[in-house]
Formats: sequence, structure tokens, C-alpha cells
Amino acid sequence: MIAAAERARLVAHRGLATWGERQVPLAEFRAAAAAEGVALPPAERDAARCALLARPADDTPVEGPFARIAVCGGIYSNRQALAACLDDAARRGGEAVYCLGDLGGFGPHPEACWPLLLAGHGAAGGPVRCVQGNYEQSLASLREDCNCGYADPRDNHFARLSYGYTARSCSAAFKAWMGALPPRRRVRLTGAGGERELLLVHGSPRRVNEFLFASTTPTPLLAMLCEQERCGGFLCTHTGLPWVRTLPSGEVIANVGVLGRPANDGDPRVRYALVSIGENGVEVEIVRLAYDRQGLAAEMRAERLPEEFVATIESGWWTTCLEVLPAREREASRF
Amino acid sequence: MSAAPKVRLGALETLWFQVGGTVCNLACTHCFVSCSPTNHTHELMSLDEVRPYLEEGAALGVKEYYFTGGEPFLNPDMEAILALVVREYGPATVLTNGLLLDAARCLRLRAIADEGEYSLDLRVSLDGADAESNDRVRGSGAFTRATAGIRNLAAVGLNPVVTATEVYDENGSPQGKERFFALLLSLGIDKPRLKLLPVFRIGAEAERAGAYESWQRLGENDGDELGWDHLQCSSSRMVTDQGVWVCPILVNEPAARMGPALADALGPASLHHPACWTCHVYGVSCRT
Repeated sequence: MIAAAERARLVAHRGLATWGERQVPLAEFRAAAAAEGVALPPAERDAARCALLARPADDTPVEGPFARIAVCGGIYSNRQALAACLDDAARRGGEAVYCLGDLGGFGPHPEACWPLLLAGHGAAGGPVRCVQGNYEQSLASLREDCNCGYADPRDNHFARLSYGYTARSCSAAFKAWMGALPPRRRVRLTGAGGERELLLVHGSPRRVNEFLFASTTPTPLLAMLCEQERCGGFLCTHTGLPWVRTLPSGEVIANVGVLGRPANDGDPRVRYALVSIGENGVEVEIVRLAYDRQGLAAEMRAERLPEEFVATIESGWWTTCLEVLPAREREASRF
Repeated sequence: MSAAPKVRLGALETLWFQVGGTVCNLACTHCFVSCSPTNHTHELMSLDEVRPYLEEGAALGVKEYYFTGGEPFLNPDMEAILALVVREYGPATVLTNGLLLDAARCLRLRAIADEGEYSLDLRVSLDGADAESNDRVRGSGAFTRATAGIRNLAAVGLNPVVTATEVYDENGSPQGKERFFALLLSLGIDKPRLKLLPVFRIGAEAERAGAYESWQRLGENDGDELGWDHLQCSSSRMVTDQGVWVCPILVNEPAARMGPALADALGPASLHHPACWTCHVYGVSCRT
């Protein structure tokens, strides 16, 4: 039985529009709406679109050229994985190793990664070339939160634990070094298929904490970003989940994943990327990397980090910061 | 009172469609756009009406597409629109009251999600974790039908975000959230997702609980600490059958219409409306 008040609401708008809290004849609302706003002439519309999309020229110096680089994403204080990555990259002919930021996070003893980053890899490599992530920005500026960009309280709960531990465990000198890292880098790759200049960022070319997941990043958006940045593609991280896409126009975009925790697919190995130029342009190989995860788990427990973080390291499935996942990635997730 | 602040559109990341108009098979007492079966302030949008905006949006680098109403599944073109969007344009999220999610439709949505290049997400509105509290706001029988819809989604492996407003204070409390999680688990959802939104004291809600007070307006100084970049109007626009509007909240305000095309609506947004106060103070994100 529908109550009278409910019934009245169901039929209240016969022939009427809602204008704020008033009800007016439909034609009156539509005429008022049509009179608002502007209809720009075609040339001004083009100008408005160009103005929205315009970006100033980027004076980031171009590094290289290299035939092959190794690129890792968030390390999240996983010293064991970083060491394994440096060895693996040297073995596979990486001429330089890049890290796209978020050095600290879920893991123990964040500062223990610092000497490894400074020492770099192998004979020729030199120091790891780091890009600043949101963690480095927050730690260097003494922010109270990691600025990861989570919206759900369940995600933010664990993000706070993780950031609080990392902030307490980093020296002022390490934080100052993080603050001096560049927010982006450019690198020239050369090979059989010619030369390509890639942009290296943390989240996206336009925002340090933008999440670029495979299922929620449209190809037209990637094309627009490459055009804005005048690059042959870009490499990013931040989400923790790797993917590679080649645009119809030839640019290659890759999310290189992260070294800090596995990619939420039940495989406890972590990921990084080897990037080179093949005959058909930029080639990105997402490498699955085994490392001393038992050693990492033992250190995490000794530091009394949340057991949820350790479970992820051991199982390959995420147990925290899941709400940020898009529908498709969440469906593929165990938790 | 200082002049209303203006918000620059940094990028058009989110494009909304009032694809169900203001036509709904419910007449919730807190609806900020006062939707009802007889409210034709905005009409349904056909696939042909939506398509040019998708094209214009893609060229402007839109990242995600949202579909709302009214009730979007009253629109006979809704599934065709979703299929097109997730196949060619980007991720789509549809905001529904769940009443029209029968088993056959859920199977079709499953196919759309599987065949798409991009993610398809659904948000189902509930305002109470039991029939009594929910239906007091959303109308007789709404709880039973919406939960049947959620069950049908769960049966095909689609996991909606349940969206609840803070029409009851307890909805946002830890205990209130737990009640929603428990409900979803009982409906077959094993990874319950929940989004809470504040109420906007406009439309039907103004009648139910009272309108904004005169002091609930934004001035320039209110942006000193956080700026305005967290506001949806810094990165999104809303398309209805009558053109492009500044945001999904103000479609019943003619003054919030910006023009017929997206290119007409790329200028700054004015925060003159008291609902803008809610967005700022509560940090409202319309996104999932």
C-alpha cells in the first residue's frame, strides 16, 4: 500500500519542471536553460579546445641514448627485490636502471634501499636514476599523508600505517635527497627500429598520483597525453599493476608495475620492465622477478608491520588498498 | 559576502551523461534533482544524442564516463550506449536504483563487461541496510527490488558499488557501514564495495530536511587552504538532453548550463550555489 504522500511525489511533476525548489511549466524551464551559457562560433570552439589541451614546452633534459634500459616502479622498501632487479638488469644488458618513484611503503627499513640506489648496478650502470613519486614528495615536504590518492577509508587506513612507519624510519638526510629528485625524466632509446624519446613519470604525465590502470585508461587519452608531451610514449607506475599498450600512431605506453609487492595475481614474483627499440619500435618486456621474499617477510614481521602486508608478499594477492581497483581489476583479485 | 569564486577546468577527465533525464521509477524524498515518474525537466538521451559528445570528449582526453538519471535503465538505449562506450571510448559507470536489474539484463551486462576494452562498473543506490529505513526514503518496495537486483548482479559475477547517502547519520558510522557490508555478503557479494555521499539540501531534500542556510556559501577565502582542484567542476562536466552543465548536482538550475557543446563549457565554473558549499566542505567526489 503506497502512502498518500509517496503517491503525491510520484505524480507531482505532470507537465512541470523542477527549477531549484520551484515547479514551473516545462517550457519555462527549457527557455530559461536555453538562454543560459554560450554557443561559441566554430573558430572559438577550436580555440577553447586548444587552450584546454595546451601544455608548455618541457625543458627536462634528455638522457641517453641507450639501447636498453631497465625501469622499475615503486620499491616500497623492498630492498631484496631491488637487489635482485639490479642483478637481473645487469645480466640482461640494461645500460641504465630507472626507478619511477615510491621508494618507501609497505616494507621494512626504508633507508636500507638508499645505498643500493646510489651504487646502482653492474659495471657501466651508475646510480639508479630515480623519479620522484608521491611518497618522496610527501616525505621531503613533511606532509602528514602519502598523497597516494585513495578515496576509500579502508584503503586510507593501511596507507596511513604504511606511511607513518616509513616517515618515522627515514633520516632527514634521506628525505632531503628524495626532495631533490626530479619529478620526471626523458630518455632517448636507439636501436634497429630507429630512435624514440620516452617520458618517465610516476603516476601520469599530468599528476604524480594519477592512477593509470589498464581497464580505465582510454587509448584516446594516452594519445592526447603523448601529443601534449611531444614524446614517443611514456612509462609510469603508481597503481602496482603492469600493462603495455601501443597506440595506433606508434607511441608505446607502459605501466611498469612495482618492485615493492606482487601484481595481485597469485604470483609472488614482482615486476619490472626492460625497454628497448626493436624493428617495430619501442619494445617493453615486463619481467617477473623472483627474490628473497622469505627474508623480506621475516624483516617485516620483526618490525611488526601489519600481517596483511606480509600475506601479500607471501601469497602474491593484495590484501589491502583494494578499493581503488577498477571493476575489472577487482574482479580478477582474490580479495 | 565576497563574490563567488571561480574554478578553472584543469582537464576534462570525467564526462557525465544525464542519460535517464529526471525520469525515475522512484521518487526518493532526498533526491537533489527531484526525479520522479512524471519529472521531464530533462528527458532520456538516445544513443544518437550521446554519440557526438563521446566523440568530442574523446578528442579532449576524457578518462571516464558516468551515466545517471533519473533511472538510466528506463532508457531503451542504455545497454547499447554502455556497450559502445566500453568498447571504444573508455570505462563506464552507471548509477542505478537497481529496480530494473532482472536476471536477463544482468546477463547482458555481463556480456558487455566481458566484450569491452574498458571496465564497466555499476553503482546501486540504497539508503538503509534494511527495508524499513531504506524504503522510508526511497519508497515502498524499493529495498526488496533493489536487493533482488544486487543478487542478480552477484549471480553473474558483477560486483556493484553500493552508494548510500548520509540521509541517516548512522550510515557513515563504522556500525552503519558494517550493516551494509553484512547485507551485501548475504546477497552473494563476496567483496563488498560501499560509497557514502553527503546529502545535497536542494530539490526534494530541501523539502524533506530543509534548505541551505544563508551562510552556507563559498567565498574566495574558503579556497585558501585546499584550493579548488578537489572539486568535481575542476575536472568534469555533465551532458543532458539540453546541453552541457557545470556538474551533475545543478542540472535543475538553468544558470548552471554552460552551452550546447563541450567546447562551450571549458571555461571556469562559478561556485555561486549553496550546493557548492557541500562539495567543498565534505570533499565530495562523484567518482567511484
